[in-house]
Amino acid sequence: MPTDADNQDHAAQHGDSGRVSFPNDPALSESVQNALVDAMERHGYSKASRFAVRLALAEAIANAFHHGHEHLPASLPITVEFVVDAAKVVIHVEDQGPGFDPGTIPDPTLDENIEKTTGRGLMLIRAYMSRVSYNAKGNRVEMVYDKP
Amino acid sequence: MAANNSRLKVRRQNNVNIVEFIDRNILDEANIATIGEEIAALVDAEPAPRLLISFANVDHLSSAALGTLITVNNRVRGKQGQLRLANIDPQIYEVFVITRLNKLFSIHENTDEALKSFT
Repeated sequence: MPTDADNQDHAAQHGDSGRVSFPNDPALSESVQNALVDAMERHGYSKASRFAVRLALAEAIANAFHHGHEHLPASLPITVEFVVDAAKVVIHVEDQGPGFDPGTIPDPTLDENIEKTTGRGLMLIRAYMSRVSYNAKGNRVEMVYDKP
Repeated sequence: MAANNSRLKVRRQNNVNIVEFIDRNILDEANIATIGEEIAALVDAEPAPRLLISFANVDHLSSAALGTLITVNNRVRGKQGQLRLANIDPQIYEVFVITRLNKLFSIHENTDEALKSFT
């Protein structure tokens, strides 16, 4: 059974891909984001591309802990996997929650929702990523970013 | 609240509290909650708060941070105060445009322009 440290070593060794499981800890989340954008930089992705992907990953991680693990212990890990090559970035974020139906999320840009304080994460992910899909259960999101 | 845990730098000019962020990335929910509490304390300390939030040092901003800004906006309006945002990086401004929050907030190019807009 690999530890988190083993997983992070794995990501560091391979550079352009990673698989990390971690509990709700901002430092670990930032470390995963940094590993991903560093890999993107090595493959020549622009600052704008790195901004887009970091934001989408941060939102997906926040959704996984805040919604997916809402009624679960904070120590329970989520899993982030990513693969970066010269053409695209593929990211999976999986939580251990019951899943959700992304079709039920209201449009946060409608006038009646504009002053709501939540509900914009998924919209930002969709705005910045090329393709976004969920597994049937709704606890694993796949996000693909094509290099412009 | 211990001052050395503050996530903000606050200075006062023309009867306006000008707030800047310590963190370049405002992505983490715990930090965002702290930021929200600190700004709420500033708003609550005055009868009609005049608040300018500068994003000069900010590289990344999450939807949770946007939610906190909406809460601050409502709190300021509830006290007949005024809130202005300024110095927003073009990439972050795009986040406001995508979410249509550029229509909700009074956003200015820089601190001077924002200061002039207070009535």
